[in-house]
Amino acid sequence: MKFSIQVNEGPYTHQASDTAYQFTKAALEKGHEIFRVFFYHDGVNNGTRLTTPPQDDRNIVQRWSQLGEQYDLDLVVCVAAAQRRGIADADEAKRNGKDTDNIAPGFRISGLGQLIEAGIQAERLMVFGD
Amino acid sequence: MTDEMMDDEEGGGGEVKTFLYVNRKAPYGTIYALESLEVVLIGAAFEQDVSMLFVDDGVYQIKKGQDTTGVEMKNFSPTYRALEMYDVEKLYVDRESLEARGLTEDDLIVPVEILDTEQVQDLMESQDVVLSF
Repeated sequence: MKFSIQVNEGPYTHQASDTAYQFTKAALEKGHEIFRVFFYHDGVNNGTRLTTPPQDDRNIVQRWSQLGEQYDLDLVVCVAAAQRRGIADADEAKRNGKDTDNIAPGFRISGLGQLIEAGIQAERLMVFGD
Repeated sequence: MTDEMMDDEEGGGGEVKTFLYVNRKAPYGTIYALESLEVVLIGAAFEQDVSMLFVDDGVYQIKKGQDTTGVEMKNFSPTYRALEMYDVEKLYVDRESLEARGLTEDDLIVPVEILDTEQVQDLMESQDVVLSF
């Protein structure tokens, strides 16, 4: 089956981002297709490479990046939600006059239209959050 | 589901699916309601078949007389009245949620259809895509 995934919660605060990752990984391992993973609300915080968890804890951001690389996933961070919460790629940082970007490898920033398209293209859109 | 996915009513050959936005949170306190509304507005450009459902504290999103000056947040409730211009006209409210909060249809800023629990279930069941906020 072709899934799209929506992640509405931030890493470490809320289990939703773990569950979304685990679902996505399990679906891929079972041979399903993931059309796109869309990060919204505090979920955009799953896409900052500056995250530094304790060494004995899971690295949620790196985990997404690695899964993305392994399966060539489309990991999309909502631009409006990202701007509010300080997540920027090089273009966004430049456009908004910031001194650095912090987007994690394998993620890209784009608009909410990508979420609607994800709903249209997939057979199932799974929403992870409160 | 596949038949509906092949549906080709408008949008010049584009696919039209039924989208339901389920609004469950109070308008302030968390950002869910505001960012949900942003999805609805952007999504309107895709000419999908859109419905909105207000349940639980989500019914407060469309309550009349919101005054946010004390919490220093923008009162975005007038935007719900503008949804009509975006062809988002199917607004549903869960009767149980409304009554539990002592509200009636007269307390709401937009015209809605009030649904019983079974009708809410049927509505959700009938949709291709359900986005829950």
